[in-house]
Amino acid sequence: MKALLLVVAVAAGAFAQEADENFGFGRTPSDEEIAALDIDVTPDGTGLPEGEGSVAQGEELYFQRCASCHGVGGTEGPNDKLVGREPGDEFLFGDTRGLTKTIGNYWPYATTLYDYTYRAMPFDEPGSLTPEEVYSLVAFLLFKNDLITEDVVMNRETLPEVAMPARDRFVPDDRAGGPELR
Amino acid sequence: MTKASKRRLSRRALLAGTASAVSAGVLSGQDNASDPTKVQGELATEVGERSRHETPKRSYFSSARSGSNTPLQDLEGTITPSDLHFERHHGGIPDIDPDNYSLLIHGMVKQPRVYTLPELKRFPARAMTRFLECSGNGFRTYRNPEANREKTPQDIEGLTSTSEWVGVPLKTLFEEVGVLPEAKWFLAEAMDAAVMTRSIPVEKAWDDAIIAYGQNGEAIRPEQGYPARLFLPGFEGSSNVKWIRRIELAAEPFMSREETSKYTDPLPGGKARMFSFVMDAKSVITYPAYPVKLPDQGFWEIKGLAWSGRGKIVRVDISTDGGRSWEKAELQNPVLPKCHTRFRFGWEWDGRPATLMSRATDETGQTQPTLEALKQVRGEGTIYHYNHIRAWTVRGDGSVVFGEKA
Repeated sequence: MKALLLVVAVAAGAFAQEADENFGFGRTPSDEEIAALDIDVTPDGTGLPEGEGSVAQGEELYFQRCASCHGVGGTEGPNDKLVGREPGDEFLFGDTRGLTKTIGNYWPYATTLYDYTYRAMPFDEPGSLTPEEVYSLVAFLLFKNDLITEDVVMNRETLPEVAMPARDRFVPDDRAGGPELR
Repeated sequence: MTKASKRRLSRRALLAGTASAVSAGVLSGQDNASDPTKVQGELATEVGERSRHETPKRSYFSSARSGSNTPLQDLEGTITPSDLHFERHHGGIPDIDPDNYSLLIHGMVKQPRVYTLPELKRFPARAMTRFLECSGNGFRTYRNPEANREKTPQDIEGLTSTSEWVGVPLKTLFEEVGVLPEAKWFLAEAMDAAVMTRSIPVEKAWDDAIIAYGQNGEAIRPEQGYPARLFLPGFEGSSNVKWIRRIELAAEPFMSREETSKYTDPLPGGKARMFSFVMDAKSVITYPAYPVKLPDQGFWEIKGLAWSGRGKIVRVDISTDGGRSWEKAELQNPVLPKCHTRFRFGWEWDGRPATLMSRATDETGQTQPTLEALKQVRGEGTIYHYNHIRAWTVRGDGSVVFGEKA
């Protein structure tokens, strides 16, 4: 198809330019259109909006919007357990059965907590939280996991700085084809 | 195998000889109402249905109904009927009007673009018949096989399915937008309630990824990503983002919740593997399996499926003695890369307890390990990518249960 387009272009006496090699379907989006969809937040903080939230604000919000699924202490369920650290921040998930992954013992990046909460929570009303509400909830959950102190406010500067215990536990996939088992 | 083949032929000849006499006897005893040659049949319909005698069903894998399993034991050949394709979703199935659908591609590109569904369909299409498997498939066989004796192939392994997928190669779209050389990853984002996201290496787009809109001859089903999804042959199911609305090119992975806190594989020694996309070589016997009870000894055809995310299956070996000896099964042609491959093996059952196993090898030379060997490298507590050898035990009374030792 591309070769055909090129032949047609040459036959018509046009110069073969890079643009001629494209089908050219679709349209160019506006910057506003892209910004409206581009909600992801990466570990360096890119994508985090203005605003901030405190542990105290987050605690109040947590009991209103989150505790029915995640438990009053973040550990009781029925859905994902959010709070908990392993003794000495050990990481024995591969070695032993029955450990439960939490934000404090498994999540490698604090920014992911903002990204996910903003895009998908609460389960019964996804995408309904404001940036300030998400920053507050993130602050509360990080505090409950002993990752920040009660007075620290979460915003686009402070959140990427939060050190996560499991940060260096993750390794790239080293499996390959062939007979070697990994 | 040779002996079994001979026995199979002689037994088939015997069965063929007696079949006409048996069916004639049955028919002569029927009244006209139940004799289909004595009444006019139903007329043509706009949408067909299965025989009322065939009722295969998916089964929910959790009470939350966040997924369902394919009834592998009810399937023939390699294709999974679309309405029986396994499901897994993280925020339910969205109801998307195709007129309101568009795919945005932006980030590290020369020219961001938005495509409507008709515009995606206008590009040269590519079709491929490929499996899709959840990386958690088979978790019961790894974590607690003893407690799962009375489980069907559907219960054990039903998070895998095969379809013919049709769509536009992602390579075509990436050439259109001019992906910059610094871009090494792309984010795929869904328009479901979870706004599901995964980061995928750009190389997969240059290789064989497509934006699929067709499945088994029709539009993709809603639970499979209608109107369009990312399809990554051989990659773990969750990375094949359904209901795809946005692709963003970047230098680094985005570290979404699914690819950090969920679909990572803990290993012994305090580590966890991330971005473990490729599904390893694997197979499962789908017949005979629980709850089948073999009524008598003699010839039985052992049947099952084998697949690998790395390419073609080159052989499947069958053991009927718990792994002490192995013989080669027949593979149904055509054998396609990264696709369910049907295997069949003629077996003479002598009426004594027997443990049946299948062991697949792919074109890279990867062979399914034993459970013990896999646990050695992955650890007791690991999650996802369970490709060890499965067993079914035929008891002396003909009943079949999952696992070894009757």
